[in-house]
Amino acid sequence: MSIWSYANPVKFLGLSAKVQPFLWGASAICVVGGLIWGFFGTPDDFRQGSTVKIIYLHVPAALMAINAWFMMLVTSLIWLIRRHHVSALAAKAAAPVGVVMTLIALVTGAIWGQPMWGTWWAWDPRLTSFLILFLFYLGYIALWEAVEDPDTAADLTSILCLVGSVFAVLSRYAVQFWNQGLHQGTSIPVATGGRSVADVFFYPLLMCMVGFGLLFLALVLYRTGTEIRLRRAAALRARAGRAA
Amino acid sequence: MIALLRRDLTLALRAGGGFGLGLAFFLIVTVLVPFGVGPQAATLSVIAPGILWIGALLACLLSLDRLLALDYEDGTLDLLATAPLPLEAALSIKALAHWLTTGLPLVLAAPVLGILLSLPGPGYLWLVVSLALGTPALSVIGTFGAALTVGIKRGGLLLSLLVLPLYVPTLIFGAEAARRGALGQDPSTSLLLLAGITLATIALMPFASAAVLRMGLR
Amino acid sequence: MPLSIHDLTLARGGVPVLTGVSLSLQPGRALILRGPNGSGKTTLLRTIAGLAPPLSGTIEGAEDRVAYAAHADGLKAMLSVTENLTFWASVFGQIDINVALEAYDLHALKDRLAGTLSAGQKRRLGLARLLVTGRPVWVLDEPTVSLDAQAVAMFAAAVRGHLEGGGSALIATHIDLGLSEADVLDISPFRAADGALVGASDEAFL
Repeated sequence: MSIWSYANPVKFLGLSAKVQPFLWGASAICVVGGLIWGFFGTPDDFRQGSTVKIIYLHVPAALMAINAWFMMLVTSLIWLIRRHHVSALAAKAAAPVGVVMTLIALVTGAIWGQPMWGTWWAWDPRLTSFLILFLFYLGYIALWEAVEDPDTAADLTSILCLVGSVFAVLSRYAVQFWNQGLHQGTSIPVATGGRSVADVFFYPLLMCMVGFGLLFLALVLYRTGTEIRLRRAAALRARAGRAA
Repeated sequence: MIALLRRDLTLALRAGGGFGLGLAFFLIVTVLVPFGVGPQAATLSVIAPGILWIGALLACLLSLDRLLALDYEDGTLDLLATAPLPLEAALSIKALAHWLTTGLPLVLAAPVLGILLSLPGPGYLWLVVSLALGTPALSVIGTFGAALTVGIKRGGLLLSLLVLPLYVPTLIFGAEAARRGALGQDPSTSLLLLAGITLATIALMPFASAAVLRMGLR
Repeated sequence: MPLSIHDLTLARGGVPVLTGVSLSLQPGRALILRGPNGSGKTTLLRTIAGLAPPLSGTIEGAEDRVAYAAHADGLKAMLSVTENLTFWASVFGQIDINVALEAYDLHALKDRLAGTLSAGQKRRLGLARLLVTGRPVWVLDEPTVSLDAQAVAMFAAAVRGHLEGGGSALIATHIDLGLSEADVLDISPFRAADGALVGASDEAFL
């Protein structure tokens, strides 16, 4: 059986209902387990002290913030090429999850940055890129909300997602260029990026990343189901209105 | 195509066309900045290139919601979409008209406003060059945003929200070139990257703009 | 080349409105579409003009041959009558606008700004635009809104002239245009049955 058969909303809902309990359970185990392991089961960093432990929230959230956009890009392409409604709705459903992940990454970054760098915010290339990503998410969601016809909204947001992806990548490199240009290469390093993480920190981090991935998947499946039911309700209402 | 360009320019120049609004806005923003940051020439000369770039960018943005919305309301876009002229070409022409009536005056006015902000001597040339290279990209990207929001009531605010993030790379390279120029450094890398962005957007964005406009007219 | 439409199915806002529309329009003929409000006349005409894609079915002989006119005429208030017409003429690769001015008695108004015209005069200018497109198939949606009896006669004369020149016209209207030679098609029978499954985008969710 082809994977495309799950593009049928009813089949998708059926599969999604079967998978979701396992996803929720597994993500809860991984996130809670990973965080407890990370917070209480690992030693303090000799330089950063206990503040380093925020990476167990910060890194997975940042990872999912980017992956959510990437997923929206893929599902937008599928919608544009194959016109599967579930795909467009999955992109719509992923956007708010992506925004929250981006916000978590930004806020935890600020909280971590305060003791480490002595400032809540620095125009570090990485932080700046996330702020720009946040703006792209806002625009994408606002466009979905503004267009009345759902198929037109799916079309327009898909193109915005494609164009936005190109510009997001461009912005990423522009920001790197810009900050190095400003600071002559003395920008504050973000700890997780360049340095290698010791195994004792790495395994709980990996567990958290897996957990956030599963959580993202469960949230997107759940929200896509809601969007499908909303569209179904609208379709039934439109037909009933015609019959009356 | 020339007819469309001539018509858009005529409309912009006649009463109610909004020509000069962007320029006036640019002037006002520039005048307000010293009130905000203080009159010290030392402070102003440091931020002058960036302020002038942001002012030009906002002035460009201001006129975008008129770019297609008026033509949408009076049915011109429907008729253009059925005309022999490809929509991609029509939108490129409209972006060109927007640049000629908004971007070009900003480029020409920028050195004068640079005086108000005590822009350092070597900065004038590079400010004008960077704006001349960058503002076409602002018009072309803006046309995409205008096409995205064409059927949406009160799309003006949404347009800004969609377009401003897309302006980030242009702003970064453009303002960087102007700043390096003002500091007496070599701005050529930024200028080349800026020119690259402008050329790429001029070549590719009309296809995206026409695609979303067709969807919006449906 | 006739305009021929075969088994067209159309949706508006994801809900099917018309199914199985077939019609053929020979050069030199006019077809008047009738149907109550909301029956899908505008959707059909916009689809034929190429502004919206059909759900299924084929349209032949429409591409690059249709001149479309609807409620909005694409006129600019700050341009004169001549400037408006000259613009559309050159977009469609034509030059002469005198025939159009003549047909709708616009010579006296030709230097006035379009914004200063009355609603009926604007409408005449909008219809005159059709004559400068040089396109053989006119697709007109309610062309006589706000026209007086005299202007309706001008319009009928212009359509007749167009037909005699080998053109054709598809007109959705509620009034009698005085075009006795035109065929009439009531589109109500093509109305999509309630609950019909024709490929509309909302069906995936039913």
